[in-house]
Amino acid sequence: MIRVVLPPHLRGLARIAGEVELEIKGPATQRSVLDALEVRYPMLRGTIRDHITQQRRPFLRFFACGEDLSHELPDAPLPDAIVSGAEPLLILGAIAGG
Amino acid sequence: MSKVRVLVGTKKGAFVLTSDGKRERWEVSGPHFAGWEIYHVKGSPADPNRLYVSQCSGWFGQIIQRSDDGGKTWIQPGTPPSEPTTAPGGMPKGESNKFAYDTSEQTGKPLTTHQWYDGTQHPWEFKRVWHLEPSLTDPDTVYAGVEDAALFRSSDGGKSWQELSGLRGHGSGPRWQPGAGGMCLHTILLDPSNPGRMFIAISAAGAFRTDDAGKTWRPINRGLKSPYIPSPEAEVGHCVHRIAMHRSRPNVLFMQKHWDVLRSDNAGDSWTEVSGNLPTDFGFVIDVHAHEPETIYVVPIKSDGEHFPPDGKLRVYRSRTGGNEWEALTKGLPQKDCYVNVLRDAMAVDSLDKCGIYFGTTGGQVYGSADAGDNWAPIVRDLPAVLSVEVQTLP
Repeated sequence: MIRVVLPPHLRGLARIAGEVELEIKGPATQRSVLDALEVRYPMLRGTIRDHITQQRRPFLRFFACGEDLSHELPDAPLPDAIVSGAEPLLILGAIAGG
Repeated sequence: MSKVRVLVGTKKGAFVLTSDGKRERWEVSGPHFAGWEIYHVKGSPADPNRLYVSQCSGWFGQIIQRSDDGGKTWIQPGTPPSEPTTAPGGMPKGESNKFAYDTSEQTGKPLTTHQWYDGTQHPWEFKRVWHLEPSLTDPDTVYAGVEDAALFRSSDGGKSWQELSGLRGHGSGPRWQPGAGGMCLHTILLDPSNPGRMFIAISAAGAFRTDDAGKTWRPINRGLKSPYIPSPEAEVGHCVHRIAMHRSRPNVLFMQKHWDVLRSDNAGDSWTEVSGNLPTDFGFVIDVHAHEPETIYVVPIKSDGEHFPPDGKLRVYRSRTGGNEWEALTKGLPQKDCYVNVLRDAMAVDSLDKCGIYFGTTGGQVYGSADAGDNWAPIVRDLPAVLSVEVQTLP
């Protein structure tokens, strides 16, 4: 069970309270987790990854186990603590005013 | 008794203001989509309960929202909570916010770049939807004007979008360039007497017209003079801020350009300046009285570098002669220390008798006049900066 924590704007958009728990078939990677997230919540398509390029949107970052995974390759394996569900994958928006 | 519903988009959410036909007491609903930029909210003329919303964010991109009950509830088209989240083929839904430029071999290939601020060529990159224009006859058909400038159409209630690439296919795209607000397609006017005819405007490319429902387009900028661009009378490159039309006379268009207020009496084939005695002819909004096609409204703004009213006085100017002769409308509007702006999509008129006029400011006020501009009062004073104002007149 993979746990994902979304930023408040996206929790509101998808009507999610708290964390999301996802079952991943095959290797757990950023891509497979985001794919599963978007299947469960299709309204999130295009909000974390650009619809066309599938690149992470520039003002979002991915953290796990105290580390910044934002610049890892999308198919790199996620840390064991994420795969086991001990730690959540955090999707954070850049802090900015306005 | 008739009702009026004012749809307000702001920097931090949407608000719906409702009143009876007297337009004296208002109910305020919102913020809807709190925390998101709402560039535009507009109702379908064919079904007033059908509303479309452009919701966006620098963090999370573009979202399209739709209401089928006049704003009580909202869905993202194609992904309502009650429906399966995957299509029958197993593919996930969620295409309502997908605006993919046409890159097909036939029509897309020459359309890959426009002029950047420094004069170099730059690829088209989708950023947001500025304006949503529902069809006059079909609630499920809606047009979207986007940044970087292009026109999209949905014919399934906003579930999916296709570019009308003939606009960028005109061939002048490499000479289009962004204004300070980005290279946006912000105005879409549908001709009620001719389903094939449509007008759009882009900052900074100019105005364009199609006579074949969007397949082909021609620039309609003859008569525009912009001394601040390399070729002041160029075919394209003008920073048109807004165009307005009265539905009874779709060949007559009124334009607020970066500087200059103009009119065309031949569907944009040529334009004549009608700035007349305005204190400044810079501004963003322009609109037409619902029952008097020669009565038009603008809000003069001091200059392109000083986006606030001249002398700190917020004044709507009305011309009853289709331009040139203007009168200041000030009753109920702040006449000192006012330094707000009124953005290009932030004025609208209702169709009651007397005609109501509404506009929103970057200071968060929405002002209304129930007597065609003679007297004004704030409906709300303290919203986030207002990006757009639309009005629905309901039975």
